[in-house]
Amino acid sequence: MASAFWCIVEDDRQGAPKKVMAEVLGAASRLGGGPVEAVWLTDKASDAGLKQLGEWGAGKVWLLENAGLAPYRSEVWAGALADLAAQQSPRAIFGAVTSRQRELVARLAARLGVGLAADCVALAMNGDTLVATRPVYAGKLIARVTWAKGPWVATLRPNVFRPAEAQPGKTAAVERPAVSLPPAVMKFVERREEVSTGLPELTEAEIVISGGRGMKGPENYVILEDMGRVIGAAVGASRAAVDAGWRPHRFQIGQTGRTISPKLYLGFGVSGAIQHLAGMRTSKIIVAVNKDAEAPIFKIADYGIVADLFEVVPELTKEFKKLLEK
Amino acid sequence: MKILVAIKQVPDTATQVKVGADPRLIDTAGITWIVSPYDEFAVEEALRIKEKRGQGEVVAVSLGPERVKEALRSCLAMGCDRALHLNDAAWNGADTLATARALAAVIKQEQPQLVLCGRQAIDDDMGAVTAQLAELLGWPCASWIMEEAVDAEGTTVRAARQVEGGLEVFDLPLPAVLAAQKGLNEPRYPTLKGIMGAKKKEIRDVKAADLGLGAEPSQLSVVGLEALPPRPPGRIIQGDVPTAVKELVRALREDAKAI
Ligand SMILES: Cc1cc2nc3c(=O)[nH]c(=O)nc-3n(C[C@H](O)[C@H](O)[C@H](O)COP(=O)(O)OP(=O)(O)OC[C@H]3O[C@@H](n4cnc5c(N)ncnc54)[C@H](O)[C@@H]3O)c2cc1C
Ligand SMILES: Nc1ncnc2c1ncn2[C@@H]1O[C@H](COP(=O)(O)O)[C@@H](O)[C@H]1O
Repeated sequence: MASAFWCIVEDDRQGAPKKVMAEVLGAASRLGGGPVEAVWLTDKASDAGLKQLGEWGAGKVWLLENAGLAPYRSEVWAGALADLAAQQSPRAIFGAVTSRQRELVARLAARLGVGLAADCVALAMNGDTLVATRPVYAGKLIARVTWAKGPWVATLRPNVFRPAEAQPGKTAAVERPAVSLPPAVMKFVERREEVSTGLPELTEAEIVISGGRGMKGPENYVILEDMGRVIGAAVGASRAAVDAGWRPHRFQIGQTGRTISPKLYLGFGVSGAIQHLAGMRTSKIIVAVNKDAEAPIFKIADYGIVADLFEVVPELTKEFKKLLEK
Repeated sequence: MKILVAIKQVPDTATQVKVGADPRLIDTAGITWIVSPYDEFAVEEALRIKEKRGQGEVVAVSLGPERVKEALRSCLAMGCDRALHLNDAAWNGADTLATARALAAVIKQEQPQLVLCGRQAIDDDMGAVTAQLAELLGWPCASWIMEEAVDAEGTTVRAARQVEGGLEVFDLPLPAVLAAQKGLNEPRYPTLKGIMGAKKKEIRDVKAADLGLGAEPSQLSVVGLEALPPRPPGRIIQGDVPTAVKELVRALREDAKAI
């Protein structure tokens, strides 16, 4: 069938699709341009995972389950996906902006000889073609882009698209197509896990707390982590804090760090430089605490408090605790 | 060992960017142009590999209009040995695939053992060219690398790429393509000697026909650019800290429903 909208499954490497899949499947369904199908490349799928994809609206799951698919290597995955796409001619292929898929989908588009729109924040059908909206120039402008031919290949920014509501009992037909894997060229050496903070991952978190140079030193981030534990937030930092060596690079938010789009962003002692905004300005609600009333972050904040963060943070943690214990 | 670095010239992040008279393009008046910051990490890493091995050649390549020479010149000042400028109207409006095709063609001619790119160009913010280059060349690639080490024989590169929750380390047989992430290194500033020396180094113009390529329409095209819709005006919460904090928590729960 030449009309399907494919959503490549991002999973937790343990057999469960990540929550961003509800967003990708939801976005594809709302376009109404054709049947929505999931394509799952994995070494181990689970029944619960397949059920989940059905409930999120996938009419069919193309399941490529093979030990050779772990760990992820772009040369193996892109080849297998391109073969399946050549057999099935989907109308569109969507991925999520994750470390694997942003690379995989780019490689796939090159293999298929079609256009790629990465990091989209909106999608719309315009008659018979798809138009995608994506931030450019560090989020200073928005570009609307379109494809010369299909399949339309795109990646979607997490936390931006409204997730599909789970429909209990709805199931997906599972197909296990015959696809041979290209040989792996890269040799896996090791995976180095980060020391876990016990807090959510920055790009996946629904709430992000960010500490800037106003935090004054690495030792003070514990007060942000305390708040993080209370409200289930990730803790990030500005580049000034990262460059000072207070936080590892992986926590940097902004143009040269991570792009986040949480439901709630809370910035403490962050001035709101354009490069920081580039990484967080699509956050839904922005809160800023800064002792300088002129700090540019107040220009984009929904709520601001002009005060010393060291007075505000403990008080705020206390109030959050009270609220959430109710 | 020959290393090729792909660099893109982009507007400085601090300058204002406005939609131009043609709403598909930006207004370039008054823009300061720089080498995309991630590409500077790539240049630095290439120079370090060469220095560590005590021999080799680092070639900077960029696709873009005439002004791109300036960006290539600053890579030469950092220490690159020579530069190639893919400079042809056929590439106007090139999307990532058209760019990758042109770069792949020049790479086939140059035959480097390693190609370094940046994580993403900070104008189109696609982060796609690296993987697309790898696909077109049939080479392995690793994106968002935080560390790399080329073995003594120059046959393999070990690269650590940043993923959610950690680093994944792979051995890639050369030739391969790597994309630099911030944290890989600290780029050097050109020295005065470097800047003087760069004036004598070669920047060779390359036309589409030199690569056996014709004009090809881009697969992805921009319909229009728009300024960001303004956020609704925010609210500064007044009062002493305990009062303001209580009001903030109330507003987050009841008005914004964000917690
Ligand atoms: C190419 C390039 C890329 C960049 N990429 C990034 C990026 O990815 N991410 C990023 O963040 N930056 C980036 N930057 C840097 C950016 O320009 C800023 O320098 C940086 O964001 C500033 O960090 P900051 O807000 O923490 O520090 P500052 O600008 O120093 O601001 C500190 C703020 O804290 C406030 N403050 C101090 N003490 C207190 C207190 N006790 N209570 C309350 N408030 C207090 C001050 O009023 C001030 O507003 C980039 C720059 C360049 C040139
Ligand atoms: N026009 C170009 N000339 C040379 N290299 C480029 C060009 N465009 C992109 N690249 C390289 O590809 C990387 C990713 O770019 P992009 O996919 O456009 O975000 C950049 O960091 C550069 O290393």
